[in-house]
Amino acid sequence: MKSRRATVVTAAVLLVSMGGALGVLVAIDATQRRAVAQQSLYIDSPKVLRRLSLGYTGLLADIYWTRAVQYFGEQHHKGSGDFRLLAPLLQITTQLDPKLFPAYQFGANFLSPKPPDGAGLPGAALELMKFGIAHNPDQWPLYYNLGFLYYTELNDYARASDAFAAGAKLPITSEFMPILAARMAQHAGEFDTARMLWFTTYQSSKDPRIRQNAVEHLQALRVDEDVTRLEGVISKYRQQTGHSPSRIGDLEQAGFIHGAPVDVKGHPYNLAADGRVEVQDWKDIPFITKGLPPGEKSPGPHVGK
Amino acid sequence: MSAIEILDLEKSYQVGFWRKREKVGLRPLRLTIEEGEVFGFLGPNGAGKTTTLKLLMGLVFPTAGSARILGKSMDDPQVRSQVGFLPEQPYFYDHLTARELLNYYGQLSGIPAKGRSSRVDQMLTRVGLTDSAEVQLRKFSKGMLQRVGLAQAILHDPKLVFLDEPMSGLDPMGRREVRELIQQLHHEGKTVFFSTHILSDAEALCDRVAVINQGELRGVGAVAELTSQAEGRVEIIFSATKMPPALTQLGAESRLRGDIASAVLPEAQQEAALEILRRERLRLISLTPVRKSLEEYYVQNLQPTENRKGVGV
Amino acid sequence: MSSGRVGYIAFNTFREAVRDRVLYNLIAFAVLLSGAAILVGEISIDIERLVVINLGLTAISLFGVLIAIFIGIGLVSKEIDKRTLYTVLSRPVQRWEFVVGKFFGLTGTLVVNTVFMAIGVFLALLYTAHRFEKMDAWVLVALYFIVLQFFVVCALSLFFSSFSTPIMSAVFSFALFIIGNLADDLRGFARMTHGFGGWLATVIAYLVPNFASMNVISQVAHGDPVSGQLILYNTLYAIFYSAMAISGAVLIFQRRNLK
Repeated sequence: MKSRRATVVTAAVLLVSMGGALGVLVAIDATQRRAVAQQSLYIDSPKVLRRLSLGYTGLLADIYWTRAVQYFGEQHHKGSGDFRLLAPLLQITTQLDPKLFPAYQFGANFLSPKPPDGAGLPGAALELMKFGIAHNPDQWPLYYNLGFLYYTELNDYARASDAFAAGAKLPITSEFMPILAARMAQHAGEFDTARMLWFTTYQSSKDPRIRQNAVEHLQALRVDEDVTRLEGVISKYRQQTGHSPSRIGDLEQAGFIHGAPVDVKGHPYNLAADGRVEVQDWKDIPFITKGLPPGEKSPGPHVGK
Repeated sequence: MSAIEILDLEKSYQVGFWRKREKVGLRPLRLTIEEGEVFGFLGPNGAGKTTTLKLLMGLVFPTAGSARILGKSMDDPQVRSQVGFLPEQPYFYDHLTARELLNYYGQLSGIPAKGRSSRVDQMLTRVGLTDSAEVQLRKFSKGMLQRVGLAQAILHDPKLVFLDEPMSGLDPMGRREVRELIQQLHHEGKTVFFSTHILSDAEALCDRVAVINQGELRGVGAVAELTSQAEGRVEIIFSATKMPPALTQLGAESRLRGDIASAVLPEAQQEAALEILRRERLRLISLTPVRKSLEEYYVQNLQPTENRKGVGV
Repeated sequence: MSSGRVGYIAFNTFREAVRDRVLYNLIAFAVLLSGAAILVGEISIDIERLVVINLGLTAISLFGVLIAIFIGIGLVSKEIDKRTLYTVLSRPVQRWEFVVGKFFGLTGTLVVNTVFMAIGVFLALLYTAHRFEKMDAWVLVALYFIVLQFFVVCALSLFFSSFSTPIMSAVFSFALFIIGNLADDLRGFARMTHGFGGWLATVIAYLVPNFASMNVISQVAHGDPVSGQLILYNTLYAIFYSAMAISGAVLIFQRRNLK
């Protein structure tokens, strides 16, 4: 009987102390929540990391790459628009394994766009591309991304053209590269150029996030193009009939267009009271710049969800 | 040819980390063991018995001196094919079975593959381990390990066998079996050199003994001689239910157990004692001279020569 | 005659290591890690092959080194401690035969272990990539280098156990493994330092085992080839370095008083 009591007491002590330990741990976590973000990196010097990896750089690079992707996904899901760790994570990844190709792609697509679509660091993205090209001189998508960045972020059409041209010379490359190189000079602002650019992005990566992003841009382009075209048709209608159409259907009846145009969601375009073309579900189509109600901006993309 | 000639073999250790002090394991030892002898090496724990054996087996290197084993230098590796060794409290490869272990040792001893397995079987039978031959050694009791140890020591039919405390950890039955084994080895003409601190074993088995203490040889002698010195007393054993007072008056040391009595008294009073028994009509069972025991020789010789009183070496 | 005894000792060492269940735990752990590799590969699209090879080979390398150090030291120090050695050396077995036999038994165990783990990695590779490519052959070279690394580590752990306690031998061996992986940096540092410090650094930098050149894991993970020259150099280096460490072990062990 004595031993039974001893067992019960000991078991009770065990449970109480376990509860106590867990409770303290929860309290510690609560006070340290702020520090978690920085902890994502642990050590931020690539050189130190290289040494610490004891030659097992490949695996460490893979681990940091996985963390980069997860970090981006988490931040995106939270909708915080805060991607400040993305650049260091990608830099460390590529320093440890300069041939980890998808990391460059990821950086090109998500480092440069402004928050909440990306980290808003086009300079860092450029540096990453140049580093990538130095170590993977035969990978055409890197030249493509470089050109894309010069074009979209820096409006440096000359350098963009050079990048596309360099990529076009590679033994394995996209058919669009030489065309893009040529188009940079004159046709930079055209829909066709933009479409070609986004289609090449789509083609150059197997990463579903990057592809999704490219698809959404292509869809937005489609909508923008439709709206622009419709507005052009409305102008012509006004010119010819002397008054504005009341509905999109009027244009069809007057023979200016064939069939009712629909947006990428399958919904027909509307005609607003002030004569503007409006997209019905503008909240559901990211990246569009036309067909929005006045003062509104297109919501963020669906990448990473 | 002597089996073992130890020539001033000496071992001292450096003890301590900064200021090295010398600790003596064995003072210069000079000893010869003849072929075919059973030789007992007696002494308390820490006396230097194991050190001597390790020196002879080449496990430890002497500070000075040398030895010849079976006519060859003790450094000669070929010597070891003629020698068997059972260390104190042996420990073997845990995960091998007894048969695998003996087979492995047979390989190392150079027993040719052809006869090896039957030889291993013979050894297992000889030490009574046939039933446990396929059991892993980590499941063996101490006594069983001791038997494996004996088996591996005689596996290759060596001429000379060294046993360090062969009775250690054995129950009386086991000790008896080991005694019989040593006697068998003796009959086979082998030389057996064993160390022990159990004197009755030494007395029963050995031709000669040496006493060692504190690293120094204290005495060597033939067992028969050492114990033949009659002390001039006799022991009379007879049937009685109580001790006759007349015997006690003679000054006998007496003992009574049930209906057997024994009395020890000086030889001179032997006839007077027998007369008392006749008078009391007590039946005589035996009359034997009392010998000096090995124990006394041992205890006496543990002391260094200067300190000894009484009988010398 | 000698080679026979060395062979018997090697085989017995192998048998003892295999029956000692510690080995199985580590193998199971490595298998688990290979499974994790497949999972991680699924997070990172397009680089499954990269991750499987990086993770698989790194696991084989690190676990093998741990096994080499702990079992190697356990096997030798344990024998000295527990005196199984006495009955072995009481036979016509030379002390050098014992050391060399232990070495081959140990390395043999690791080679067998590596083969099993490598099969696991190749199976994981097949699972993620669904077929083998020509460039997968270079993975075999990386595995070969890892085995060379094991030879050197085994030789080192035997060297240390010939005179040191089990714990210190483990510490020294592990420390040399880490330093050896930084050997490139050490040599570079030695070249830049002058004076006595530079001389000392040079001596150390050239004496530590050069594990850095034996690690081509990242390279083969990308499917890049390994130069034949490197294969030759690493092989020779491993042979020379192991022979050096084993000779040292023999020299020390031959003079050692066994307690």
